[in-house]
Amino acid sequence: MALLDVKDLNVTFSTNDGEVHAVNGINLSLERGETLGIVGESGSGKSQLSFAIMGLLAKNGRATGSVTFDGQEILNAKPKVLNQIRAENIAMIFQDPMTSLNPYMRVSDQMAEVLTLHHGLSKSAAVAESVRMLDAVRIPDAKGRARLYPHEFSGGMRQRVMIAMALLCKPDVLIADEPTTALDVTVQAQIMKLLDDLQSEFGMAMILITHDLGVVAGSCERVMVMYGGRVMERAPTDPLFADPTHPYTQGLLAAIPRVDQKGDKLSAIPGSPPNMSRPPAGCPFAPRCDYVMDICVTAPPPLEGFAPGRDRACYAAIDVVRAGPTHHEDLPMEAAADEMDEQDIGETDPQISEGLVVGPASAGTPQELPDDKR
Amino acid sequence: MFGFILRRLAVAIPTLLLLIIFSFLLMHAAPGGPFTQERALPPQVLANLEAKYGLDDPLWRKIVDYVWGIVRHFDFGPSFVYPDRTVNQIIAAGFPITLTYGLLSFILAVVVGVTLGAAAAIRQNTWLDYLAVGVSIGAQVLPNFVMAPILVLVFTLILGWLPGGGWSFQNPDYWIMPVIALGTSYMASIARITRSSMLEVLSSNHIRTAKAKGLPARKIIMRHALKPALLPVISYLGPAFVSMITGSVVIDMYFSTGGIGKSFVDSALNRDYAVMMGVTILVGALTILFSLVVDILYAWIDPKIRY
Repeated sequence: MALLDVKDLNVTFSTNDGEVHAVNGINLSLERGETLGIVGESGSGKSQLSFAIMGLLAKNGRATGSVTFDGQEILNAKPKVLNQIRAENIAMIFQDPMTSLNPYMRVSDQMAEVLTLHHGLSKSAAVAESVRMLDAVRIPDAKGRARLYPHEFSGGMRQRVMIAMALLCKPDVLIADEPTTALDVTVQAQIMKLLDDLQSEFGMAMILITHDLGVVAGSCERVMVMYGGRVMERAPTDPLFADPTHPYTQGLLAAIPRVDQKGDKLSAIPGSPPNMSRPPAGCPFAPRCDYVMDICVTAPPPLEGFAPGRDRACYAAIDVVRAGPTHHEDLPMEAAADEMDEQDIGETDPQISEGLVVGPASAGTPQELPDDKR
Repeated sequence: MFGFILRRLAVAIPTLLLLIIFSFLLMHAAPGGPFTQERALPPQVLANLEAKYGLDDPLWRKIVDYVWGIVRHFDFGPSFVYPDRTVNQIIAAGFPITLTYGLLSFILAVVVGVTLGAAAAIRQNTWLDYLAVGVSIGAQVLPNFVMAPILVLVFTLILGWLPGGGWSFQNPDYWIMPVIALGTSYMASIARITRSSMLEVLSSNHIRTAKAKGLPARKIIMRHALKPALLPVISYLGPAFVSMITGSVVIDMYFSTGGIGKSFVDSALNRDYAVMMGVTILVGALTILFSLVVDILYAWIDPKIRY
């Protein structure tokens, strides 16, 4: 049994515009100690997925399906049940460290209350433990800084405080919702390194939500690509980068600027994400897809496995997509698909992953997207 | 912080001086004087009276004399209309009354208003919210000159529980209706401000963080939401507190409480220059004082504000 199991999760919001379908039938499972990356552009439902798991949806949001932690159902559970699991078993850090801390409380007080609540520590013991944790996230002069208020910290330091606060109870799962989006590039790298180090130190599982493929390549074992509230592709990290089998993943990878390629135009996926208050009947990516067929707009493609640990939701044949968007127009797709074999997926092109992990490539987000505003 | 308070108090002196000069000029610009009556006084009598009260001096002289009297003896002068009473005596008699019912009214308005507003926000779009919003709109649209007669009708004439007017420091029965009549509309405003600011705070990111920490709802409200939600309420409370403790002419007239709210209006109508100036300076000084208190409270709540 997986540590965290999400089954057929749907999230809808009732708004004046009607029902917004933010997350549609997501399944995922997370084992102890592993890192899962969830990638997608703004509005793809990745943050709402994480809020639903934590029971933090906005008031007008409704989640259906099932989320179990260690076998216990926590979706729409009573506050008492949820409050025991939050922070203690599943902790979360948010994308905007500037506003996610309480500006009216000392950092030490905000952190200490987690421990007095969950572990019944005395105030002074809790503060001492908080200072130790601030030290662990490499905040210099942790003891002195703990007495300060959040506005006296820089953005990167605040995110460190958030991380320290999330780790206080040594949770089994850490959900990091775009932890580096609001930070500048050098700080991003520091925070990701810190998260990696702490994860191996504490042995926790992590769900890393991001729109930065560079971040994913650096720290995740498995990746789930989301679009329009659905899973487009799911694979271990290396094969995903080496051999993207979904047009959307392809587009995301192509949109990363690379130092080793000269040119004056940046590649982008044309169009914009669908309006989820009127969700498309078919594949949400169909309007922007190079491989679109008639069937794509009638019903969403099912998520189907085609190799161990790899799934894709696409009607276009796998080899047609592999061949690239330039050829597809005059190819008889179904026919071409059957002929080719699927053996070369394990290999990683070192150049590609290098370009993604280090250097300015990881700095550029796949597309220049506005912050994920909800 | 201490320096800030000193600086603010130092600025208060020229502010008050400006207030005195400005209201003095305005008052004298109005036609008529304290001894203007329907049946005109003989010119000689009028001249003698004006000489006694210094009304024949040039305007600048009157202002200087007045301010000097306050500075030297804390003397706000004699009343022009009540020959045997000084302004100090009139204020000393009336202010404790308005202070008593104003203060009680303030406490009532804050406690009920904040509770109602916060409860409405926490239970947004439930019957409790609708009830609270309904009550506060009702209280807001019911002016105190309508509220007062209704109270008297119900509690004095029909039920016979409370005296219909008058004042006694010993018997709280006299306080009840003035307190309620004065407080309701303030209570309504406080409830509305609290509700909307609480709603805003409850949807902010740091409250989401508090939820993610597993804090129970009660702790989230008390420790994380209430303080920031009260900031806009406090800036409303400063001026509201001053106008409440300096009384209301409607309350003083309707319940014959004898507070300074009535003195203020009477003195303006009678051109009782000295009483009017005295009450104006009192309200002005209290306003300055309590806006300072509001600023200090702000700094206490919001660590980003440092003076």
